[in-house]
Amino acid sequence: MEQPNLSYINDLSGGDESFKEKLINIIRMEFPNEREIYFKNIESKKFKEAAEVVHKLKHKISILGLEKGYEVAANFENNLIQNSELGKVDFESILSAITDFLASYDVIL
Amino acid sequence: MNCIIIDDEVTARVIIEQLCSKIPDLNVLDAFPDAMQAIKYLNQNEVDIIFLDIHMPDFNGFDFIQALKNPPKIILTTSDSQFAIEAFEYDCIVDYLVKPIVLPRFKRAIKKSLAIAVKPSEGLLNSVNIAVSSGDYLYINIDRRLIKIDIPSIYLVEAKGDYIHLKTESKNYTVHSTLKKIEEKLPDDLFLKVHRSFIINVQEIIDIEDNSVLIKKDIIPVSRSNRAELMKRLNLL
Repeated sequence: MEQPNLSYINDLSGGDESFKEKLINIIRMEFPNEREIYFKNIESKKFKEAAEVVHKLKHKISILGLEKGYEVAANFENNLIQNSELGKVDFESILSAITDFLASYDVIL
Repeated sequence: MNCIIIDDEVTARVIIEQLCSKIPDLNVLDAFPDAMQAIKYLNQNEVDIIFLDIHMPDFNGFDFIQALKNPPKIILTTSDSQFAIEAFEYDCIVDYLVKPIVLPRFKRAIKKSLAIAVKPSEGLLNSVNIAVSSGDYLYINIDRRLIKIDIPSIYLVEAKGDYIHLKTESKNYTVHSTLKKIEEKLPDDLFLKVHRSFIINVQEIIDIEDNSVLIKKDIIPVSRSNRAELMKRLNLL
């Protein structure tokens, strides 16, 4: 399975370590909150609201270099808009991979 | 060149700021989490470029562009490629960047924007305009002020030439817009077009007589073609 990585962030920072750290910290701050909102909405079958937050998570998925994951998220977002949960399992496994990655980055920082 | 960034995600704003820092002579004047704050800013300040996210809650990127009288150059930043066709309808949109944005593509967008001549923003909102709806309210744009209106409080909308009269429980407004445009913003379950010049709030109907309805103190004509739909919507015994 595709794993989160920092290739996009490294390219973007161009060696600017303080920017890199700033961006990762923002992701570490925003991601758990968005993840929680996603699970709340999906559990209460609020698909439109879930789609909104998947849209935001989709951007973070792409920042963390998950190209296939981005496609999975984009399809899942469209399914949610049409009140379908198709793609939920795959999407949630991406969330788990990012959660683990950010937790490991905690140690690195 | 001076620019502003409008995006509801902190991550996106920080990334675009970083990309801007790589372009000589491109200054980020400010960054806003929503379009409403940016509109207030543009009332007082001129900018050359706006980096604008399309997908934002309440007031999306296209609604924002429509609220500007003379928009500056706009570079759309989005996670969706599906809006590209709509983007071509606006002369002010000079490029369309799909996130995650990489520096070479960003540089190309800036180069493109320099090559295209668009009148700079006068910092003015459309003098009169219907703005966008969100949930239970909508904004109307009157004399550069965005006025928030609670949708259920609207009981009647009447078309008069290039304007519409909007009647609410507390106040009436005249807005430069069309009935068709406001009809799109009002929820179908609450509002019904009963005549080519009138939209009514069906919950405010007091009585109905042949070809007219009484709404508060207004007697509104009902056209023959709309009567069947009106009768269907009533909770008849």
